[in-house]
Amino acid sequence: MNDSPDFDKMSCPMPLLDHDTVQLAHGAGGRLSADFIEKLILPRFRSAELEKLEDQAVLDLPPGRLAFSTDTFVVSPIFFPGGDIGDLAVNGTINDVAMSGAKPLALSVGFVLEEGLPLADFHRILCSMEQAAKAANVRIVTGDTKVVGKGHCDGIFINTSGLGVIPDGLNLSAASLVSGDAIILSGTLADHGMAVMTVREGLSFQSTVTSDTAALNGLIEVILGVCPEVRTMRDPTRGGAATSLNEFAVASGVGIRLEDDQLPVRPDVMGACEILGIDPLYVANEGKLIAVVPGEAATRVVTAMRAHALGADAVVIGEVVSDHPGLVTLRTGLGAERIVDMPVGEQLPRIC
Amino acid sequence: MKYLSEFRDPELARGLLDEIRRTITRPWVIMEICGGQTHSIMRHGIDQLLPDEITLVHGPGCPVCVTPLETIDRALAVARREDVIFTSFGDMLRVPGSRDDLFRVKSRGGDVRMVYSPLEAVKLARENPDREVVFLAVGFETTAPGNAMAIKLAAAEGMENFSEIVSHVLVPPAMEAILASPQNRVQGFLAAGHVCAIMGWQEYEPIAGRHRVPIVPTGFEPVDILDGILKTLRMLERGEFGVENQYQRAVRQQGNPAARAVIDEVYQVCDRKWRGIGTIAGSGLAVRPELARYDAELKFEVQDIRTEEPAQCISGEILQGLKKPNECPAFGKECTPQSPLGATMVSSEGACAAYFKYSRGNRP
Repeated sequence: MNDSPDFDKMSCPMPLLDHDTVQLAHGAGGRLSADFIEKLILPRFRSAELEKLEDQAVLDLPPGRLAFSTDTFVVSPIFFPGGDIGDLAVNGTINDVAMSGAKPLALSVGFVLEEGLPLADFHRILCSMEQAAKAANVRIVTGDTKVVGKGHCDGIFINTSGLGVIPDGLNLSAASLVSGDAIILSGTLADHGMAVMTVREGLSFQSTVTSDTAALNGLIEVILGVCPEVRTMRDPTRGGAATSLNEFAVASGVGIRLEDDQLPVRPDVMGACEILGIDPLYVANEGKLIAVVPGEAATRVVTAMRAHALGADAVVIGEVVSDHPGLVTLRTGLGAERIVDMPVGEQLPRIC
Repeated sequence: MKYLSEFRDPELARGLLDEIRRTITRPWVIMEICGGQTHSIMRHGIDQLLPDEITLVHGPGCPVCVTPLETIDRALAVARREDVIFTSFGDMLRVPGSRDDLFRVKSRGGDVRMVYSPLEAVKLARENPDREVVFLAVGFETTAPGNAMAIKLAAAEGMENFSEIVSHVLVPPAMEAILASPQNRVQGFLAAGHVCAIMGWQEYEPIAGRHRVPIVPTGFEPVDILDGILKTLRMLERGEFGVENQYQRAVRQQGNPAARAVIDEVYQVCDRKWRGIGTIAGSGLAVRPELARYDAELKFEVQDIRTEEPAQCISGEILQGLKKPNECPAFGKECTPQSPLGATMVSSEGACAAYFKYSRGNRP
């Protein structure tokens, strides 16, 4: 985090050598601003639209309905095991767009930088955004950078907005679930939230837990390829899987019953959750999705997902039922059944 | 041994349940002391699987729940000070005082930080020599050694800017108070495994003898709890009393002598007010007079703040096992986790919160 800027990756490093941290002038619109954008940011986000440096990107999009989403990323710390605020900001918005069934095509990026942020850190974040966008095959087409005085933000905040086009014939909706549908989870629960928690000030402890941040549009293409009649998909970020499932149950007026022994959780993540007294069902994920599909399609979808790197641990975790509409329940390992409620607020580590 | 999957093994659990059904001949009331046990019982649905003759009542062992309102109000008064970095375990942050909670103090500019260990608070004090760092030291015997160690470290370094609001409580006097109550219906106890890991079980033997009850130090996983219930049940059915250790992988008769020594070095036994119950003699720990400079209530002169509990909340009866959460008229109506009337609805380990979260008072 504190290593010096990797100037080899900058096309013309000279003007930036005057500073090793973000200056207010970098966002003031003058010469220093222009240098900052052209020499530090643009080389990372090469796209025909962006390089025109107009006030807007002009896009030629294929026909179809548009999916449009925005999200702002304020994660602390900005670097965490398995990722950083940069790839999180790219993957998060791509996933929000893609959950509609859309093919994500273009992203905007808005930076709010705190005066004094090490340029090496910013450069590292830009590089991880570049890699994430490339891996997901999505272009960054427009952007903005503001610098605020020291103490006015926490290092760096990033807003990303994304556009995608929904292929004809797809109409996913959280209100379309019916009894007998299968609930599929693409992989292990709680990796991201626990990775961030283990490095948070005041909580830090040694662990091997890493964030799962990843763009899921490739995996979604696989799902839609074998099951265009998928009812709905969601990436269970803040609030975790329990929140997404409760939203489905309410929107569709159905019950959802989960099987405790089918919920995939990595042993190290489970260990961290047990130490802190946190239920993995309520912890954020950044590279997982829940897909609800007709029961008869479940095996086909899981098999296809498992052939994709981001779906290798895909599993049916429960089913849609006609009992207890609006409620999510869980059959425990011992065979009892209990409610999986919406979380009230932030998950707080317990005392003992 | 992985210490988790074995103790959640459905086959083992079914075997214990069968044995419980074979053993029981009449109704019994058993109290699990610890909020962690209550939570585990609800989370795994153990109460649904037990025979109807067993009534589990939930004990006072949730540190958040029994911390008196006035301690919270004192903490809030300290946390509002500009010169203070106020540190606390996570689940104390949402506990309402009479008008406020720590989250709201933070949103108005108070420097309130969540820590997982009190030693993190000592580190903060070391790194911020020009600020006062205060730690809210609540809990039972389980958290006392760590909280005592924080003061011990601060004293060893001659630190002047670290102090604790100490509201520690002790389990055995609370059990005595429950057993001595004329309304008592508890016939056997699952003692809190982690408390016993520190303190051992010797101090429970006189209680078991005096009140002729079985006391079984018990762990927190489903197999532990079922095994603890079975051991208690066997003693009850045979008319026996005494202490039998279920949690053998963590609990020794003497407890943890090093941990007990550090508690004794820093704290001394005092009378303590319990939220919803009132004052129980000799049921708390306070900073020793020779270490009074680490007592934040004295340092910031908040010891005179006095607060009465709201009348509507029956958490006192819940904590003594006299009532179940769903027998409270306010449960799930005026009182929910979003707007709790009492601490048993706030803490993740509170009996009311566990009922609301896992069953809303009714089984699905």
